[in-house]
Amino acid sequence: MPDLSTSTGGIHSPNPFWLASAPPANSGLQIQRAFEAGWGGAVWKTLGVPIQNVSSRFGGHTIRGVQGAGFSNIELITDRTLEANLREIAETKRLFPKNPIIVSLMEETEASWRDLIKQSIDAGADGLELNFGCPHGMCERGMGSAVGQEPAINERITSWAVKYSTVPVLVKLTPNVSDIVPHGLAAKRGGAKGVSLINTIKSIIGVDIDTFVPQPVVRNQSTNGGYCGAAVKPIALHMVAALAREKDFGLPISGIGGITNWRDAVEFILLGSSTVQVCTEVMLRGYPIVQDMIDGLQQYMRTHHFSRIDQMIGKAIPAYSEWGDLDMNYETVAKINADKCIGCQVCVAACHDGAHQCIHPQEGTRVPRIDESECVGCNLCQIVCPVPDCISMVSVDNGQKPASWNDHVTHGTQLRPKKGVH
Amino acid sequence: MTAPLSTQRSETVFQDFKLPLHRDAAVAEANRCLFCSDAPCIQACPTAIDIPQFIRKIATDNVHGSAATIFDSNILGMSCSRVCPVEVLCVGSCVYNHLEQPPIAIGKLQRYATDLAFENGWKFFTAGPSTGKRVALIGSGPASLAAAHQLRRFGHACTIFEKRSTVGGLNSTGVAPYKMKADRSLDEVEWILSIGGIEVKTDVSVGTDISLTSLEKDFDAIFVGVGLGADTALGVPGESLAGVHGAVSWIESMKLGSVGMAAVQRAVVIGGGNTAIDAVRETLGLGIPSVTMLYRGTHSGMSGYSHEWKAAMEQGAQAVWQSVATAIEGNGRAQRVKCVQVDDHKAPIAASDFTLQADLVLIAIGQSKLASMLSSLSGICIDKGCIRVDTNGFTGRDKWFAGGDCANGGKEVVNAAAEGKAAAMSINHHLMGHHAHA
Repeated sequence: MPDLSTSTGGIHSPNPFWLASAPPANSGLQIQRAFEAGWGGAVWKTLGVPIQNVSSRFGGHTIRGVQGAGFSNIELITDRTLEANLREIAETKRLFPKNPIIVSLMEETEASWRDLIKQSIDAGADGLELNFGCPHGMCERGMGSAVGQEPAINERITSWAVKYSTVPVLVKLTPNVSDIVPHGLAAKRGGAKGVSLINTIKSIIGVDIDTFVPQPVVRNQSTNGGYCGAAVKPIALHMVAALAREKDFGLPISGIGGITNWRDAVEFILLGSSTVQVCTEVMLRGYPIVQDMIDGLQQYMRTHHFSRIDQMIGKAIPAYSEWGDLDMNYETVAKINADKCIGCQVCVAACHDGAHQCIHPQEGTRVPRIDESECVGCNLCQIVCPVPDCISMVSVDNGQKPASWNDHVTHGTQLRPKKGVH
Repeated sequence: MTAPLSTQRSETVFQDFKLPLHRDAAVAEANRCLFCSDAPCIQACPTAIDIPQFIRKIATDNVHGSAATIFDSNILGMSCSRVCPVEVLCVGSCVYNHLEQPPIAIGKLQRYATDLAFENGWKFFTAGPSTGKRVALIGSGPASLAAAHQLRRFGHACTIFEKRSTVGGLNSTGVAPYKMKADRSLDEVEWILSIGGIEVKTDVSVGTDISLTSLEKDFDAIFVGVGLGADTALGVPGESLAGVHGAVSWIESMKLGSVGMAAVQRAVVIGGGNTAIDAVRETLGLGIPSVTMLYRGTHSGMSGYSHEWKAAMEQGAQAVWQSVATAIEGNGRAQRVKCVQVDDHKAPIAASDFTLQADLVLIAIGQSKLASMLSSLSGICIDKGCIRVDTNGFTGRDKWFAGGDCANGGKEVVNAAAEGKAAAMSINHHLMGHHAHA
């Protein structure tokens, strides 16, 4: 049986699946139920000066009938009393001593950070996560992403937290920056033991087209919120990978952003995460989704002969390259398996209207023909095909030696003739 | 214009066999559609409705646009959504059938959009500017309605002659009531006529009340959409006994009036086509405990749709294959059918006689053809009882066009709609010459 135990920044967890600091980690009873369901750890919803929220708070993005493919919120940090939160942290630690509780914090002055850190650790926190990421409500008050967007402030506050903490400090980063790397490096200079990313993306989830009010609607107004859910995974994967491949960084990463199942979790781990955090999918489906995450991951590890999580971490980073280093002489063409093809010809429309006009209908059959002399190997047909394994991208032996754009520019290396250019 | 329907119609006891979709289910189903390119479902539809487009519009709650797409191709899109044998047309051609997944419920989605159009009173078409041309249409069934509506879009004045007092043709008098009842057919007729400029003369029999030659003199073009005639008789002793009916005639009585079934315990339906299966399912639906279909051919050789027969069997229908009736007997009214088995060449097998008890016998072995009413007109060719037409519905005699069952020998409502519309395009061309434009 593969060992799922892992740690991020010295915070040990029986498995890599943590609840993110968010509504599913709002109270002791919730987190206790999550641990019973199998979650490894939980990041307690951000403590600070309790706030007051608005109605409504959430918005969903529906794509071709899939509700919540993207999600947003305008909720703030905890609205519960500090006493209640601390009491429940202690109670939950007592009931589930092996499951790490990481307490998310957001404060303003050094003194208030110091006091909140001490209270959290006294209650039993196994680690702290500094919320430098919230892109709505708190940032206007000089906290959240307002901190995360300024490396100098990030570094200073992180150093305060590290100074007063006896448990590992993680910094939660905002994606609302042009380049994540300076922000990760700032957290490292401040003494953080690891980072969590991404927080939510500044966004407007939609507009009520009948009342002309953006969503979520608060009486007759709205505001920008934080975008999350399955749709943000690609952005999160990139930011995680950008830090994981940065030679000057080197801190452990807790990956967050659009993780809905074990497959997503594996992708985050392969790009450098040692734990992953989940919020939206729990909000949409509940804690029991972790069952599939656990045994899906175990089965994946068996299939690939991994016995421990750390053997997987960053396994895909060496293959993450700069565009200029890609082999431009590698050539693929699409092939249709006529036995599997159902004749929908969705690939024909996609190729004609959205790609390179090389898939054509044929007389006497619904199976289209691919003009391989024109096919640029773009993948679009494979992506739109509704039949698994019907269209495959097959490499062509064109006799060309590998050559990148950088090789070409630096050494004049010969590139293969362009295809599909008229 | 048309006689009001009786509220005591036997057909009113039937519920819809295929239940309508409500909004959420319709949107979910619409979202499954792959939006095929050069879609097989369009190719399978005689009226070539742009099915992927109307389904996509349902998925986005653009139901008005969806209905417009449907009606632009087929003005009878509402009735077709209910009566079309989609299993062998659009749905049967859905590519999901090759993916071991349920095909898209195209008929139900079309019903969703078209029902909403009717409920909301949406109008999509206006009559074209008057051309001063006048077209007569004989019969008020789907073919004539489709033709007349299209002719009005071109601006030609239309007059429909209907020999019955009820308009709508088989949509009103013949469609199985678990698919559509007569009142819904009349809703559709009214909706189609709302384009204006279509005069309907009921209780007028062309050839009797008004002569063909006077029609030809008074109108610029004539469209013949008279459908089929009376049930074909079996030609066996006892056929005139009470309790013995032609199936089409009995179905019309059941739909427009009341058929007394209280005393009927056993029914035998003779035939193996879709009218026979309809009659089987209708008699079962009216509560007759035992219904048997008697067919001279084999199960696999029947012309009725297999999905319809499957539904009949699920309702409790029985069948006797490769057998024919030799006589109907009874004391004043039908009580039993004398039968004999036949071989693969439909020849009687010696000493294979048997008897089926029956107090209702419905004969569904075909209908007479009405094309002979035109036999006095030179230039019109009658072929096996059908009016011969080209692909545009032209008969070969100047001014005269035809479509629907009287020309195709008896097909679906959707074929009649397609042929009526095609004839209208052709008539327009005929009337307007090189000025014609669609």
